[in-house]
Amino acid sequence: MLSIKPYLRLSGLEPLVIRPENNFVNVGERTNVTGSKKFARLIKENKYEEALSVARQQVESGAQILDVNMDDALLEGVQAMTTFLNLVQSEPDIARIPIMIDSSKFEIIEAGLKCVQGKCIVNSISMKEGEAKFIEQAFICKAFGAAVIVMAFDEIGQADTKERKVSICHRAYKILTEQVGFDPQDIIFDPNIFAIATGIEEHNNYAVDFIEATKEIKQLMPLTKVSGGVSNVSFSFRGNDHVREAIHSVFLFHAIKSGMDMGIVNAGQLVVYDEIEPTLRDLCEDVILNRNNDNNEATEKLIIHAETVKAKGKVEVKDEKWRNNSVEERLKHSLVNGITDYIDADTEEARQKYPKPLDVIEGPLMAGMNVVGDLFGAGKMFLPQVVKSARVMKKSVAVLTPFIEAEKEERKLAHLAAGTLNEESAGAAKILLATVKGDVHDIGKNIVGVVLGCNGYDIVDLGVMVPADKILEAAQREKADIIGLSGLITPSLDEMVHIAKEMKRRGMTQPLLIGGATTSRMHTAVKIAPEFGNGVVHVLDASRSVTVAGSLLNKEQKIDFLAGLQKEYAELKTAFDNKKTTKNYLPYSEAKKKKTAIDWNNFEPVAPSFTGTKIFETVDINELRPYIDWKPFFIAWEMHGNFPAILTDSVVGAEATKLYKDANAMLDKIIAEKWLQAKGSIGFWEASAHEDDVTVQAAESVELNFLRQQIQKAADQPNLSLADFIAPVSANKKDHIGAFAVTIHGIESHIKAFETALDDYNKIILQALADRLAEAFAEYLHLKVRKEFWGYATEEHLTNEELIKEQYLGIRPAPGYPACPDHTEKYKLFHLLQATETIGIQLTESLAMYPASSVCGWYFANPQSQYFGIGKIQKDQLEDYAKRKNMDLPTAERWLSPILD
Amino acid sequence: MQIKQALAERILVIDGAMGTMIQRHKLEEADYRGERFKDWHTDVKGNNDLLCITQPQIIIGIHELYLEAGADIIETNTFSSTVIAMADYDMQSLAYELNVAAANCARKAADKYTALNPAKPRFVAGAIGPLNKTLSLSPDVNNPGYRAVTFDEVVAAYYQQISGLVDGGVDIILIETIFDTLNAKGAIFAVKKYFRDKGVPELPVMISGTITDASGRTLSGQTLEAFYTSVMHANPLSVGLNCALGAAEMRSHIEELSSIAACHVSAYPNAGLPNAMGEYDEQPHETAHFIEEWAQQGFVNIVGGCCGTTPDHIKHIAQNVQHLKPRAIPALETAL
Repeated sequence: MLSIKPYLRLSGLEPLVIRPENNFVNVGERTNVTGSKKFARLIKENKYEEALSVARQQVESGAQILDVNMDDALLEGVQAMTTFLNLVQSEPDIARIPIMIDSSKFEIIEAGLKCVQGKCIVNSISMKEGEAKFIEQAFICKAFGAAVIVMAFDEIGQADTKERKVSICHRAYKILTEQVGFDPQDIIFDPNIFAIATGIEEHNNYAVDFIEATKEIKQLMPLTKVSGGVSNVSFSFRGNDHVREAIHSVFLFHAIKSGMDMGIVNAGQLVVYDEIEPTLRDLCEDVILNRNNDNNEATEKLIIHAETVKAKGKVEVKDEKWRNNSVEERLKHSLVNGITDYIDADTEEARQKYPKPLDVIEGPLMAGMNVVGDLFGAGKMFLPQVVKSARVMKKSVAVLTPFIEAEKEERKLAHLAAGTLNEESAGAAKILLATVKGDVHDIGKNIVGVVLGCNGYDIVDLGVMVPADKILEAAQREKADIIGLSGLITPSLDEMVHIAKEMKRRGMTQPLLIGGATTSRMHTAVKIAPEFGNGVVHVLDASRSVTVAGSLLNKEQKIDFLAGLQKEYAELKTAFDNKKTTKNYLPYSEAKKKKTAIDWNNFEPVAPSFTGTKIFETVDINELRPYIDWKPFFIAWEMHGNFPAILTDSVVGAEATKLYKDANAMLDKIIAEKWLQAKGSIGFWEASAHEDDVTVQAAESVELNFLRQQIQKAADQPNLSLADFIAPVSANKKDHIGAFAVTIHGIESHIKAFETALDDYNKIILQALADRLAEAFAEYLHLKVRKEFWGYATEEHLTNEELIKEQYLGIRPAPGYPACPDHTEKYKLFHLLQATETIGIQLTESLAMYPASSVCGWYFANPQSQYFGIGKIQKDQLEDYAKRKNMDLPTAERWLSPILD
Repeated sequence: MQIKQALAERILVIDGAMGTMIQRHKLEEADYRGERFKDWHTDVKGNNDLLCITQPQIIIGIHELYLEAGADIIETNTFSSTVIAMADYDMQSLAYELNVAAANCARKAADKYTALNPAKPRFVAGAIGPLNKTLSLSPDVNNPGYRAVTFDEVVAAYYQQISGLVDGGVDIILIETIFDTLNAKGAIFAVKKYFRDKGVPELPVMISGTITDASGRTLSGQTLEAFYTSVMHANPLSVGLNCALGAAEMRSHIEELSSIAACHVSAYPNAGLPNAMGEYDEQPHETAHFIEEWAQQGFVNIVGGCCGTTPDHIKHIAQNVQHLKPRAIPALETAL
């Protein structure tokens, strides 16, 4: 039967099992501010990236565990430990090995434990402040799953003699195993290594005490481990590394024989016992074992000898052979291994070697990233490494950018001088990225952004949950050369198809990149590519995006690349077309029978105070102010949370408050200086429904066409249509429908002023405020409609919060939104209200409203009216709808494509 | 300790996918909202955990289908029922209540089936998911030291979830789909803290990690053995793998885990790998066949299904393993 040995098992990204045959485990000590001046300086100067190089050097020279210590009076220890360990976690070649969290302050230890996924060692706890504290700290370590180093330290002090070392360790052992529930193999003792050869007689036996105590501890508690800070022993020879290293080796040789399992040593500076010069070795042996040492004789001898061998420098053992390779190879090595140490110099060297700075990016850097991409694709590199490679890339590009810019400027001037066209005025190729609507996952997209950004592309990142029209408007506005979509959840696939359709509809020419966890070559080939003819490419991962973008932006390559891809996708599609999925939908005729049950016989619709339209031309912005829903304002700034709670949020509160103040200051100015004009129009008309159409009795009658949910629902659930909320002809009741449109004029000149002043901050505040004011206006008007103009809810008393939560009676759905997804009904709404003529809102070809800060919609007053989404509709309804609308089928199909299967 | 007895006697079967079954109901926004949340200010469609409150009969119905199929252990529908994950729907305040409600649903179903056949007791595992924020990875590639959430926040979220699950009457705490071990360590920390605070014995803890891809590592970069080493201190009832992989891809990892785990071993793979459309095609008898082979090899103690598996999968799995011996827990030596 399988059996499991009680070994000490630790882990970083990889396991470290400490078996008897391991002999000795090296704990890297240079990432210790108390032991390494260089590391201390780097941390104090906030040069964490260089500090990481120290850690990497430790791993490369053979450290199996990394000791990290931030105990320095001038450092904020908790913060330094957290920052450094978080960074270490993103360096897979360091995080590979387990971490030893080293501090005399337990709060720093706890902070460290909160950052590391692997099984750590805590260095250290002890009984110096009594048993109760020791037990409490041990419990916490155990809850984090850490092994502990227990210092031989009790209420009296640090143990110096063998007897005290052993007895304190044994006492701690009993407490840990019997009261805290520690496994014996998770306990490591540090029986204190003190300096020898200090000239003080009592110190001469310290090494012997340690070695003998170790032996006894291992006999008494065989599963435990013994560790120690080795460099202490040679403290009196500081400044003489050569002798110190010899002492360490000799000391370890004997201590290990007695059972010492691990020690904190500079892994890069351990000489092999057999290679120590024999005279020096013998002298060290005498001092360590306290032999021939009456009257400090051995000590004196070693001190004298030490003078003669002082400062024989040593060669670094770190493997730097790769530094001898060509600059291209070196760049590749740095990229693949994520090394930033030499990247500036290597990049500069390459820049001088190549004709143009851009050639460095397109040549060696791209080649290196391709290697990264292939390794990643083959599962030989994983995500954090790729991100690291991207950072190296970014640094390299940063070196090149000023030269690229300068060159561009030169050419521009040359063009101007020659009077020729400057083809490069558009700047770097622009790639627009967005996580599609409904999806909040963007780690992958951010990585793509960084990697592409590293490759000299201008990245426009629209963030997450970006609706199609926003992406495409931005792409057109920004003149993006490529659009990249990302999504992780399944519904995002549909959204991507929708975007491809929209791109076609808008006649866009940019190629479309598809990426993210649920996306696939197959789905891209079958569902997305057929919708858009100008190139849809599924990109497997971030590093591949570089080659794909390169191929697409190179005029010659693009044609072949897309042709090849098209062929490949066509084959995939053919292969797939055998398979079909079915969903349950009702025939449209059945769905119509399941309309909202409204008891019209017992309901008297309220008649509005007037019919026809009413214009609001001079609305005081001050009056709209209380109706502003601030939450979306903060969301626009990527500050998520409820208002006003966000102002006191522990993370973003301070910034949110600042923003809120700035926004209100601008609002004051907008009001005082009359920057903006709010204009609106409402109208009410007699209306009656017949099936899913509503006839509106305006000057001439207008027929509104609504859609109906068609998905099969539970027996008692209606298939909703907005037409349900208007009294049908058969009910013989006089009912009404309303409409509204509001807009905020006057933003342009102020936006321009901010742009000229390069003041993006205020520009965005203004845009966001204008949007909010339009929404506030809509809210305000709806309230007045309910209470006054239509007057069907005269007794309503809702707070702004309740308004935002839509807790009012009746609805105001907008054409193009879920309950009435056909944007073209907006034409009728605008016609009824004369919105363009009276309040100056233009409808663009895609039926967006301009000014952008505009809102419109229908008013339904029926108490049973509610917001809903149509969902998908079937062909039968589509055909019927097209007929009702007098629209040819392909046109109807195009406008309704988001809700078609 | 009933479950330990059962584990000593036979291979236990854990249920299959909840999401897949919920999808079959083709619920709309209004169904998710129910009466209570009809005016909620964000869309809630897709918040499957919310159904424990708004459509408990559906959740209980799904539990019962799995119990009928032969599942010994059913998981509460609480994968995202934490204050952190619920922020997606602005439903942070419901986190505790969701857990209680979900545990009640599962408890009701399990007790019904235990009563029907007391010889086959059914157990409720309180499912603790991985969260949508990770403690080991930075969401900002330009700032690798940044973390979107703190360890303390994670512990607090899980602590609350555990208290809801325990108050709702679960038998087991199941920390599952672990792709960042540090998040799981937060959950383990919360378990230990909760039971120490309450002064009652810990419920058994099941731990199930996720190997995400060809590298054979977790998303946060750990090898399988490193992962196991990092969670051993939970002193778990079982350790295992679920999700991301189908049984075919999971086999070598389960074999490895079975050779190092000092506790019971669990495995509930997806129904194969998703096809290009994100659907799972592996048929019940196929999944069951893979798992049967693991059982024959003595790799496993608890088996079941994850994404894409259905009551039919569970039924086949249960039939195929019912007469096979469970993996023997390795002997724990006390000397080197």
